[in-house]
Amino acid sequence: ESHSEKQNSHYRSLFGFAVTSMADTGLVETLLQRVEKVDGGLDSQDVATSLGVDHQAIVGAVKSLQALGDVISAEQRSSKHWELTGEGCEIAEQGSHEARVVSSIPEEGMPQSQLMKLAFGKVGFSKAMSNKWIRLDKGHEGGPRIFKTVERLEDLVRDKLLLVQKGQASQLEEKEKNELKKRKLLSEVTVKSYWITKGSCFSTTITKQETELTPEMIASGSWKEKKFKPYNFEAMGVALDCGHLHPLMKVRTQFRQIFLEMGFTEMPTNNFIESSFWNFDSLFQPQQHPARDQHDTFFLSDPAQAHEFPQDYLERVRKVHSEGGFGSQGYKYDWKIEEAQKNILRTHTTAVSARMLYKLAQQENFTPVKYFSIDRVFRNETLDATHLAEFHQIEGVVADFGLTLGDLMGILHQFFNKLGITKLRFKPAYNPYTEPSMEVFSYHEGLKKWVEVGNSGMFRPEMLLPMGLPEGVTVIAWGLSLERPTMIKYGINNIRELVGHKVNLQMVYDSPVCRLDS
Amino acid sequence: MPTVSVKRDLLFHALGRTYTDEEFDELCFEFGLELDEITSEKDIISREQGDTKAEGASDVILYKIDVPANRYDLLCLEGLVRGLQVFKMEAPRYRRVSPASSEPQRLVITEETTAVRPHAVAAVLRNITFTQERYDSFIELQEKLHQNVCRKRTLVAIGTHDLDTISGPFTYTAKPPGDIRFKPLNQAKEYTAQELMSLYKTDSHLRHYLHIIEDEAVYPVIYDSNGIVLSMPPIINGDHSKISLNTKNVFIECTATDLTKAKIVLDMMSFLLWENILEPTGQYVHSDYPHSISDFINRKVGISESTEHIAQLLTKMCLRSEVMSDGEQIEVEIPPTRSDVIHACDIMEDAAMAYGFNNIPRTTPRTYTIANQLPLNKLSELLRQDLAAAGFTEALTFALCSQEDIADKLLKNISETRACRISNPKTAEFQVARTTLLSGLLKTVAANRKMPLPLRLFEISDVVLKDESKGLFVYVGARNNRRLCAVYYNKSPGFEVIHGLMDRVMQLLEIKPGQGNGYHIQAADDSTFFPGRCAEIFACGKSIGRLGVLHPDVINRFELTMPCSALDIDIEHFL
Repeated sequence: ESHSEKQNSHYRSLFGFAVTSMADTGLVETLLQRVEKVDGGLDSQDVATSLGVDHQAIVGAVKSLQALGDVISAEQRSSKHWELTGEGCEIAEQGSHEARVVSSIPEEGMPQSQLMKLAFGKVGFSKAMSNKWIRLDKGHEGGPRIFKTVERLEDLVRDKLLLVQKGQASQLEEKEKNELKKRKLLSEVTVKSYWITKGSCFSTTITKQETELTPEMIASGSWKEKKFKPYNFEAMGVALDCGHLHPLMKVRTQFRQIFLEMGFTEMPTNNFIESSFWNFDSLFQPQQHPARDQHDTFFLSDPAQAHEFPQDYLERVRKVHSEGGFGSQGYKYDWKIEEAQKNILRTHTTAVSARMLYKLAQQENFTPVKYFSIDRVFRNETLDATHLAEFHQIEGVVADFGLTLGDLMGILHQFFNKLGITKLRFKPAYNPYTEPSMEVFSYHEGLKKWVEVGNSGMFRPEMLLPMGLPEGVTVIAWGLSLERPTMIKYGINNIRELVGHKVNLQMVYDSPVCRLDS
Repeated sequence: MPTVSVKRDLLFHALGRTYTDEEFDELCFEFGLELDEITSEKDIISREQGDTKAEGASDVILYKIDVPANRYDLLCLEGLVRGLQVFKMEAPRYRRVSPASSEPQRLVITEETTAVRPHAVAAVLRNITFTQERYDSFIELQEKLHQNVCRKRTLVAIGTHDLDTISGPFTYTAKPPGDIRFKPLNQAKEYTAQELMSLYKTDSHLRHYLHIIEDEAVYPVIYDSNGIVLSMPPIINGDHSKISLNTKNVFIECTATDLTKAKIVLDMMSFLLWENILEPTGQYVHSDYPHSISDFINRKVGISESTEHIAQLLTKMCLRSEVMSDGEQIEVEIPPTRSDVIHACDIMEDAAMAYGFNNIPRTTPRTYTIANQLPLNKLSELLRQDLAAAGFTEALTFALCSQEDIADKLLKNISETRACRISNPKTAEFQVARTTLLSGLLKTVAANRKMPLPLRLFEISDVVLKDESKGLFVYVGARNNRRLCAVYYNKSPGFEVIHGLMDRVMQLLEIKPGQGNGYHIQAADDSTFFPGRCAEIFACGKSIGRLGVLHPDVINRFELTMPCSALDIDIEHFL
């Protein structure tokens, strides 16, 4: 409903003036003739007075002329002038109360009580008394009686009011006007009017203007002769009835695009439920690691356990954790299959990267790969303005012979360049499955400081070698959340305003296209 | 990340110079630490308890520093100083000193402990001098280790004792709680273990550890040769052997469920605060790589430094290194405090840090690959664009929800949903993984009731179903399913709109109306929908989803007021 209301008002604002001007073309033409005759210009109030029409009608004519272009120019002005009040008009017509008192008294006088019954009696009596136009005989037989003392009198009040009524208020002195104002016979009013002069396209005849171009005009060519009413370009266009993409998904599309531009292949991350084995153990994350706590990870009660891991690989994983090997001392603890079997909601998409790397290791001949994914991950964490139980992780992985830490920093540089981030620096960090591990910082021009934008590292040999990857192969990887750059991009402070069912759809409707590099 | 709080001036004194806050922050960054906060005791108290309480508190400046979770050796002032002296060429060495006049102490572990806490290791620190600062550091280090590597005493518990108040050999055993009786730390009288457990039920600190042994038949306990109780790990020490500022010789015991961690913790407690008192017990990492470690480091980091320089870099990081006689190999000595070093790659990282990550030339890998999209995601991306072009707005809802959302509110029985259940949700919002996108869309509508009608929403995303099929190298008993769901919410149900949307989707997927290889709909019963207003969608002979007008009870349960029609299809059929 509110939608259609909005549209109606939209049309009104666009064509409103033109519609009212149609009411009286005669008046418009008369006005134009008047303007033609004067040299300087005209005041709309004067035109109204001289034509004997309501001023508002002249204003309407002025506005419809303005809408036609520069036919006339009209400058708004305001002036103060004096006007009679209702009582003032009565006096101008019938005389002042005191004068009417005098004229109503016969030669033989009149009882005071009778005079007081007249409408103008009370006020007129005291004024006439002070003017000494009448006298009161209190001791008269039959009660107090009034006699007039003058035959002719000058009704100055009426004369002054008549002057004002004729528009000659300027002949009165300020003092006189104020006195009449005090008696509530005069009032001072502000009058708005237009000062009308000829415009650059002045003409006394006006052609009828068309509202819109029609198919008939196009067919007949009549549009060539017609004049069209100008549009009101101040108005907004009509709100379209369209569908919208979610801003977080728009950003996801852009990140996907960047990876594809860089030659990365998308990993199958459509499995939210993951085994602890692939989520943690295969990544050389020890079973007592805090991330594997109930406080950090969602475990499943149904289906609770995973099965059918590649047996020989599982044995190598057990061994590297509990005894070491592949050049490692291992963590030296009692590795339990039961822990590895526990089903969880994946805490990172790296679980999928691990399976993809294992798959790669099963190839007869190693081929270099670049992988990426952007998908949901889950953490059983404390929730706040920037943390939800689920978020999207962006991940990139490159596996090849002889990759270096310098390569990782170089590729990160290229990746972030595509996001419009050019200043990067790297901080040593700790992560159980990468060594070295680096946090990626970028210089934020707005905040004037370095902010963390991602994590990266080289996968540990204890993760890669048990999979069966050749020894010289290095795997570099990085990750970041999708929500954080999106919140920065769209200026959102609370993640709940971006993700989930509580978002305001207006935000979705209003969100701009996403170009990460501009 | 654990946070260590140190007095700034003490830290600078130990480092041998002062820094501005910015310089120190920079130093931390290069070393992988984070100067988290600059504060004082007074600030902290005033923030937590108000200005009045803070009056008279110390305003000595404190640095709160975040350290990496695997660097237990940085959990105290002394360790931090050692780590940060990156340019101090002198790495500490550790010597073991045998007592001049007697045999080394012994800790005997009895069979009974296997049932409850099977491991124990111990060490003696001789002829040490506690200053107040050093004493505080010692206690704080113990606490930090308990909270981090010891996993709140579950893996390892540390006890420290004044050796001169007890006499060895010591016995680590386990006994029924009723048989253990001693005067615990800072108590006036003796208690049995049973009494202690109830005494500490209300202790704000100790009650968190009771669960570790509470339900066991026997409790761990350590005695000296005279039957004096040293401790009842992992709960409390005896009062008799407590250490003080005057203690000269310290007996440290670590009891554990994880022997490796116990050894790490004992090393930290023994070596971190005092250098030059013990001999290296630390490991030499034997590299399986055919090339020398300097070659390995150069190749992995992407630098080309001489063997001598690599050795210097490692020495800067407190990994004492010497180039061996062949001029290629380096012998790297790993101090016992560096339990995080378990592979040559850990040494490589230290070399890279000493070199400075930000000094390493950034290069472009030559890896040549052709990109491919995942077909399912490619299809989803294309359909999303066209659904928006059809006038529907994309919603983004949670994959986790309450059981009620996917069952009761949709008039379904939970048993027919094939929902996967979460065992440890903190709130009802995370009881199950969603089995339908519909509830998320209806909740989105409910949160946007003030928006102009009609509301046209869609989402293309995954639901999770219990499923017998096998995934990639694993069988978890569940799989994702990519769905397309849309709702139309208005004063009239708009079945024709949602039907039109379905026709459009089929058109986009190049499926023509009709039986056989085309698509058609036929009346179906579904409790979520209004009777007689639901149809099942068939494409190429397979059932792919439903569409219809929602049941008024569903509308009510999602706190909506208008009629609503919905479309829900499985798009994996169209790959």
